[in-house]
Amino acid sequence: MADSGYFDLRSAVLLLLLAALAVIPLFGDIFYTRLFTRIMIYAMAALSLDLILGFGGMVSLGHAAFLGVGAYTVGILSLWGVQSAFLSWPLAMLFSMLIALVIGAISLRVSGVSFIMITLAFAQMLYYCFISLKGYGGSDGMTLAGRSSLAGLLDISRHGTFYYLVLCILLLILFAANRLVHSRFGMAIQGIRDNERRMLSLGFPTFRYKLVCFVFAAGIAGLAGALMANQSLYVGPALMHWKQSAEILVMVILGGMRSLAGPILGALGLLLAEEILSNYTEHWMIILGPFLIIVVLCGRKGIYGMLKGANDHD
Amino acid sequence: MDPMLLLVQGLNGMQLGVMLFLMAAGLTLVFGVMNLLNLAHGSMYMMGAYLAASLQQHTGSFLLALLLALPATFLIGMIIEAVAMRRLYDRDHLDQVLVTFALILFFNELVRIIWGPQAHFMALPDGLTGYVTLFPGVIYPAYRLIIIGAGLLVALLLYLLIMKTRLGMLIRAGASHREMVGALGVNIKLLYTVLFGIGSALAGLAGMMAGPILSIESGMGDSVLILALVVIVIGGLGSIRGALLASIMVGVADTFGRILLPPALASMVIYFLMAAILYRRPQGLFSANG
Amino acid sequence: MIKRLVGLIVTGILLVSSTVFAADKVKIGYLSTMSGPGASLGMDILDGFKLGIKHCGEKLGGLPVELIVGDDQLKPEVGVQVSTRMMEKDKVDFVTGIVFSNVMMAVAKPITDSGIFLISANAGPSPLAGAGCLPNLFTVSWQNDQTHEAMGKYLQDKGIKRLYLMAPNYQAGKDGLEGVKRYFKGEIVAEVYTEINQPDYAAELTQLRAANPEAVFVFYPGGMGINFIKQYAQAGLKEKFPLYTTAFTTNQAVLPAMGDAALGIINASFWSPDLDNAVNKKFVADFQAAYNHLPSLFAAQGYDTALLIDSAVRQVNGDLNAKDKLRAAFRKADFKSVRGSFRFNHNHFPIQDFYIRQVVKDSNGVLTNKITGVAFEGHADAYHGQCAMQW
Repeated sequence: MADSGYFDLRSAVLLLLLAALAVIPLFGDIFYTRLFTRIMIYAMAALSLDLILGFGGMVSLGHAAFLGVGAYTVGILSLWGVQSAFLSWPLAMLFSMLIALVIGAISLRVSGVSFIMITLAFAQMLYYCFISLKGYGGSDGMTLAGRSSLAGLLDISRHGTFYYLVLCILLLILFAANRLVHSRFGMAIQGIRDNERRMLSLGFPTFRYKLVCFVFAAGIAGLAGALMANQSLYVGPALMHWKQSAEILVMVILGGMRSLAGPILGALGLLLAEEILSNYTEHWMIILGPFLIIVVLCGRKGIYGMLKGANDHD
Repeated sequence: MDPMLLLVQGLNGMQLGVMLFLMAAGLTLVFGVMNLLNLAHGSMYMMGAYLAASLQQHTGSFLLALLLALPATFLIGMIIEAVAMRRLYDRDHLDQVLVTFALILFFNELVRIIWGPQAHFMALPDGLTGYVTLFPGVIYPAYRLIIIGAGLLVALLLYLLIMKTRLGMLIRAGASHREMVGALGVNIKLLYTVLFGIGSALAGLAGMMAGPILSIESGMGDSVLILALVVIVIGGLGSIRGALLASIMVGVADTFGRILLPPALASMVIYFLMAAILYRRPQGLFSANG
Repeated sequence: MIKRLVGLIVTGILLVSSTVFAADKVKIGYLSTMSGPGASLGMDILDGFKLGIKHCGEKLGGLPVELIVGDDQLKPEVGVQVSTRMMEKDKVDFVTGIVFSNVMMAVAKPITDSGIFLISANAGPSPLAGAGCLPNLFTVSWQNDQTHEAMGKYLQDKGIKRLYLMAPNYQAGKDGLEGVKRYFKGEIVAEVYTEINQPDYAAELTQLRAANPEAVFVFYPGGMGINFIKQYAQAGLKEKFPLYTTAFTTNQAVLPAMGDAALGIINASFWSPDLDNAVNKKFVADFQAAYNHLPSLFAAQGYDTALLIDSAVRQVNGDLNAKDKLRAAFRKADFKSVRGSFRFNHNHFPIQDFYIRQVVKDSNGVLTNKITGVAFEGHADAYHGQCAMQW
C-alpha cells in the first residue's frame, strides 16, 4: 500500500521547516541568523554525502576533503586578491570535482569496507598535505579579508543577505538533487546500490555511473566549502580531518539516508543539539552520546524515517 | 645507515606494531565474528589505561593494577554489549558506526568527569625502568621489550584459543553460520557477549601497557583507533594472523617513514601503504579464518 | 542585613556619581577550550582569572562581574561562532581567554572590528604582534616566540656548540624553533618535526642518540610533552644528553603526569611559582588553598588578566563605552602583576623578564619549578618593529 497522496507527515514537516528557515532572519537577532546559516551550509554538505551514500551506496569517510578543497580555494584566491564570487566559487567546485575524479577513479575500483578505508586514506593524505602548506597558514589555517563580492549585485557581508543567498542555494541544490534522483541516472545509481551485478548484466557501465555521482557530489561539497569559508572568514586543515567527515556522516545517518530531507534534518538536529546542550553544561557530550544512541536504536532510518510511519516504501 | 641503528629502529617498529596488534586483534575479532564495526574500541583502550593508572595509584603495584583492570575492562565490554550492541547485529554497518561514534563521545566525557581534564600519570613497573644491552653498543629500554613479549604472547594465546579450544571452535562456527550454531543449542547471545568482552579486554590491555609510556588523557583512543582500523583492513577483516602481520608492517613502515621522510610525507606513509594494498587486494592480506 | 544596606547605598552613590553612560556591571566573555584534549589549559586559566576577580573583591574596577564562559572546542570556526554569540546575544564588554593560536587567528579581527576589546590570556601568534597588530587587542601572556628565544639565549651564553631541536609539525612548533635559532648561533645538529599528537617517539629518540648532540631542545606542549619526557627518560637519554625546554612542556599542569622523568630539566618561563614578590606569594598561596594544587603559568596569566581588566575599568570609572579612554587605560597597565612590574610594548604585547628554571621536588615532595637564573630583562618580542601602532 503506497502512502496516502501528496500531503503526508513527511512533506508537511519539510514544508514547515523551509517556512521556518525563511523567516528566521526577520527576527533580527544576528546570532540566530549566523547559527542557521552555518546549519544550512552543513545541511548542504550532508546532502551531497547522502547522494553518494544513501542513493549511491558508496560509504565515503573522506567526504570532508572536498569541503576543505572548496574552502581553501576561496581562501587562497582571497589571499591572492581574487574576491569575486563568480570566479572563486565555481573554481572551488571545479577543484573539488577534479580531486574527486582522481580519488574516485582509484577508490571505486574496490567496494565495501575497503572503499570506506581508501576514501579515508586519501582524505588524511590531503589533510597532512594542507597542514604542511607553509604560505597558507599550515595547521593554524588562515583568515579571509572579507566575504566574496558578487559584483555589486548583493552585499553578502551583511548577515541577512548572506543567509538568504545560502537558503536559495540550498533550495536550488535540493531541487537539482530531487531531479537527479528521479531521473534515469538516479534510478540507475539506486539500482547499482541495490545490486551492481544485475545492473552490469543489463549493460550499464556501473563504474562510470558511480564515478559521475561521486564527482557531482564532490562539486556540491566544494560549493558548501566555499560558503563555509565565507561564513566564518576562516579556513583550516581541520575542515578535512576524518572527524569532520564522521560528523557529516553522523548527520546523514541521524537524519535518515535515502531521502533528501533527511540530511537537512540531521544537520539541524545535531548542530542544534550541540548548541542547546553546550549552553547548559560543558559536559554536553555525555548527554549527546546516549541521545544519539537512543535515536538510532529506537527508530530505523533516522529522524526522517521516524516520521514515515507504517507505510514504508523505500 | 649504521646496522646497529637499523636494528634498533627495526625493534622500535616491531614494538609499535605489537602495540597496534593488541588494539587490532580485538577489533578484527569482533568484526570478523559478529560483523560489528566497533568504533568505541578506542574508548576501551582509554578505559583500560585510566583504570590501571588509578588502581596503580591506590595499590602501588603495576602488576596488581593490571590484574584488576583487565577483568574490569572485560566486564565493561560485556555491559556495553548487553546494553547497546546487542540490538545492532541486524543493523546496517552505518547504524553501528553512529552508535559506536556516540559511545566515543560518551566515554571521552565520562573520563573527564570522573578523573578530571588533566592528564594522568602511570609509573613504570619497578625493575623495568632501565634498559638492557642487546649487543655491545646497542641498548634498548627494558619495558619496551616486555611490550613486544607481551604482544607476541597474546598472539600465541589467541591462536591457541581460537584453534584449539571449544570456545574457539564456537567462535569460528559462529562466524560462518550463526543461526546454525544457535540451532545446535549453543547460547549464541552469551557467546557474543563474552566475545565482545574479550575484544574490549584486549583493547584495555593495550591501553594499560601503553599507559606508562604515553599520556593518559581524554580522547587518547581516537588516534590509535584510526591506526587499528588501518591495520585490520590491511590484514583482512576477521583475520588474527592478518592483524599480526599488518600491525608489524604498519609499525615498521611508520617508524622508518618518520626517520627517512620529511614530516608531511611521513604521516602519509601508512595511508599510502593501505591504499596500495587495498587497490591490489581489496579483501586485505588474509581472509577471515582466525 | 546592614552589610547589604551599605552595599546598596554605596552602589547607589556610585551610580549617581558616575557619568551618565557608566555601566552597572562588567560583562566578560571567557572564550576558551573547555572540552576535549586542550581543556585543562582553558580551565587552568579560568581558575586563575576567577581568583583574580576574587582578590579584587569579587568586582573588576569596582563593578560586579558577569562571567559568561564559552567553549571553542579547539575549532576556530566554533570560536568565531561563540564569540559572535557573546558579542551579539550576551552583549559582553570584553572577550578574554583564547588558549590556542589557530582560534586566535580566526577570532581576533572579527571581535576587535566590532569595537570589543579582546584580552588574550594565552595565545600570542606572531602576525598579531607584527604587521597585523590590532588596537583593540591586548595580549597579557607573551608573544609565542619569546620564551623559546630566552632558552636560545641561555644555551648560547652557556657555550653549547651542538644542539638538537625537536618540535611538533605545526605553526607553533615551527615558530618555537625559529625563536630558539634567533638567539642560538651554534651548530644545529638536526631540526626534527614530529606528527601532532604522535604518541610514540622511539624512532626519533634512537636517531637522536645516534646523532650524539651536546644538548637537546624540545617544544612539546600538553599531552605530547608528557609522552616525550617520559619516553626520553626511559630511554636513558636524560643523563647523556641534557634536555632543555620551555614552560610549555614542564609546567605545573603536566608535571604530576610526568613524574620523576621531569626532574632536573631546565626550562625557560616568564614566571615561576617561587617568584619573589608580594602579589605572587599571595596568588600562589591562595591558589593552593582554593584548588589544592600549585598554579601553572596559565593560571598566573589568567590572574594577571583579571588584574589588568580591573585596573582599566577602574581608570575609566566604569565608563565602558569610552573606548579611547579604555584603550589608554589598558596601555597604562597600572596594576601589580605576579611578575612584579608589567608594561606593554607599542604593539600591545608585554615587555617582560624571562627566567631560567629547573624542575625540582619541593619540601612536600611535589614536583615544581625553581628559578635558577635570568635569561632576559625587559625583553620585547621580535615582531614589534613591523607593527605600525604608535602611542
